[in-house]
Amino acid sequence: MSTTQERGDLTGDLATTSVDLIGSGQEGGILDQVGAWWQRVRAGDMGALPAVGGFVVLSVLFSLLSPFFFTERNFANLMTQAATLVMLGMALVFVILLGEIDLSAGVTAGVTMCIFIVLVNVQGVNWIVALAVAFLIGIAIGTFIGFFVARVGIPSFVVTLGLFLGLQGLELIVIGSGGLYRVQIPEILAIQNSNLPTWGGWVMLVVVLLVSGVTSFVDRRRRSAAGVPNRTIALVWAKLAVFAVLGGLAVFLLNRNRGQAPTILNGQEVGGNIVEGVPIVVPFVLVILWVGTFVLDRTKYGRYIYAIGGNPEAARRSGIKVVTIRWTAFIVCSFLAVFAGLFSISKVGSVDAAAGRDLVLSGVAAAVVGGVSLFGGRGRLIHAAIGALVIAVITNGLGLLNLPAGVNYLVTGGVLVLAATVDAVSRVRAGGTILRT
Amino acid sequence: MSVPIIELTDVVKSFGPVSVLKGVSLRAYPGKVTALVGDNGAGKSTLIKGLAGVQPYDSGSVRFDGEEVSLHSPRDASRLGVEVVYQDLALCDNLDIVQNMFLGREETRLGTFDEGRMEREASDTLRSLSVRTVKSVRQKVSSLSGGQRQTVAIARAVLKKARVVILDEPTAALGVAQTEQVLALVRRLADQGVAVIIISHNLADVFAVADHISVLYLGQMVADLETRATTRDDVVGYITGTKTMGVSA
Ligand SMILES: Nc1ncnc2c1ncn2[C@@H]1O[C@H](COP(=O)(O)OP(=O)(O)OP(=O)(O)O)[C@@H](O)[C@H]1O
Ligand SMILES: [Mg+2]
Repeated sequence: MSTTQERGDLTGDLATTSVDLIGSGQEGGILDQVGAWWQRVRAGDMGALPAVGGFVVLSVLFSLLSPFFFTERNFANLMTQAATLVMLGMALVFVILLGEIDLSAGVTAGVTMCIFIVLVNVQGVNWIVALAVAFLIGIAIGTFIGFFVARVGIPSFVVTLGLFLGLQGLELIVIGSGGLYRVQIPEILAIQNSNLPTWGGWVMLVVVLLVSGVTSFVDRRRRSAAGVPNRTIALVWAKLAVFAVLGGLAVFLLNRNRGQAPTILNGQEVGGNIVEGVPIVVPFVLVILWVGTFVLDRTKYGRYIYAIGGNPEAARRSGIKVVTIRWTAFIVCSFLAVFAGLFSISKVGSVDAAAGRDLVLSGVAAAVVGGVSLFGGRGRLIHAAIGALVIAVITNGLGLLNLPAGVNYLVTGGVLVLAATVDAVSRVRAGGTILRT
Repeated sequence: MSVPIIELTDVVKSFGPVSVLKGVSLRAYPGKVTALVGDNGAGKSTLIKGLAGVQPYDSGSVRFDGEEVSLHSPRDASRLGVEVVYQDLALCDNLDIVQNMFLGREETRLGTFDEGRMEREASDTLRSLSVRTVKSVRQKVSSLSGGQRQTVAIARAVLKKARVVILDEPTAALGVAQTEQVLALVRRLADQGVAVIIISHNLADVFAVADHISVLYLGQMVADLETRATTRDDVVGYITGTKTMGVSA
């Protein structure tokens, strides 16, 4: 049986007539597409699948263990708790895709916020100006790292570990040991503590659906113009439907009142407040996620990051300016890390000399748990975002169970090692470690 | 004989104290296949990496269409229409076939990729090479066999109208049928007026396809032969160093 098949292939090989035999993986109905996707998953290209699974399992588990887990208030809380980590994870993706690491990203977030708050609270600088300074310092830090990694050729692990310590020193100098500054800028506090009006959430959802739908259709138009097949249109509708249902559910839950119920005192309702709407940080994160994904998927800059992560020598021979891309990726990472710092101080409401110190490993964990490969070349921003949600669910859920804080570290550490193992194993399955010449 | 499209004169390259190319000269003509042969470590790959701008020469002159050019980066080479298929395959495992073929020269519209157009051109090129074993042009290169990778690398080289195509041991990893296809392809490229330089250890291949044979021996060009006017034994003699131009040892 198998011999006849081989023979059949061989004759096919030698035939010279050209028929449209080379596909593009876009043919077939929805079942073929799902089948092809499943093939890729089995070949080790799992993407965010394990993380999504983990997220669902953990959510169900914590819902069963704690009556508070699946409440509107906790759901909103989870969003704002996760925002910092989502941001930091996305920042790190840019360097992890290159097979590099930035261990100083967390303290970059911290130190820029230290400088920001001292400028505002002590020097009386306008907060917008101070924020611009913070971002410029983020860019400067990235430029510094990029120089030593991409130009001088020092492993990023070493450079950023050095910076991890150095920037903590800078934080101490700027803030003073034991110092703590309150964040009093309403606009900054609003990011994590205020919400969109309820209609705003629905508008946001519609915008997301529109953008997603329009890009899908523009892509299809370009493909048909070039005369290559398109995936069945059912997939586009299916994707939009999933977005609409899940997004709609999220907006619906966040739009319900999650404030304190009023207490009845002497027959009168006292206290109580109405808190409803999507936290403002959510659209912030979505915009950054969208822009970043656009750059990585659709522009040369993004493609070259993947290429360098896959095979730097091949990238160089293809005329890609490897040094420039490597260098700027560190700048992007540090720049985005400043957003993480901003979300963090908005949530916490204060800045101290240890700001951002504990962040970075959770950020790396977020990316890796989400399916971004530490070996470089594989992963997307959304993976880091989903990974961050998983980590945030663990922290949040364990917190509700009143377990000692140590348990949280143990579990998060364990999840990171597990995810890295999955990464390494799937890489072997995809043939990554087999040296081919 | 027509004007050479590429003319290397007295090219020198050392890696630290090791001098790998000691004053090498080489010519390639449009419409002709020039074979570059020599033993392992003779310096063949080093010679063509210089032409590709990947490892610039230390000294010596490169003339392109009779004009002195400088080749200091892969971009210089591709601007001149020089494309190379490397011995150590230069493909990115994590990218798919189309992405690899267009790496460094993606088609864009409004700053964003025109994936449809790239996919079209890629599959047209593959089809023109009679590639039949690749299932989908959107397959990741990591999932391809050695021969399929070689095919992708060659397709990448001929994707844009190249004037010089250099192939470093293109058939080393291939089976009988695919070797034949690659050689036929080499011939077809030359017939289209492309100057082809092919490096090979397989003298049968060399005699089957080449118009000229240049022999490199320990970093020196020891022979420049017309295929028609030479024999296998002569070439083996030059390769192993038992024979030198004009005088036999
Ligand atoms: N980057 C490098 N650094 C140091 N030495 C090198 C480098 N590249 C090549 N060499 C040396 O240069 C010499 C020629 O190498 P090259 O790869 O050009 O040989 P080749 O003729 O292509 O051999 P083969 O037939 O095995 O492919 C070898 O001795 C090799 O060790
Ligand atoms: Mg070689």
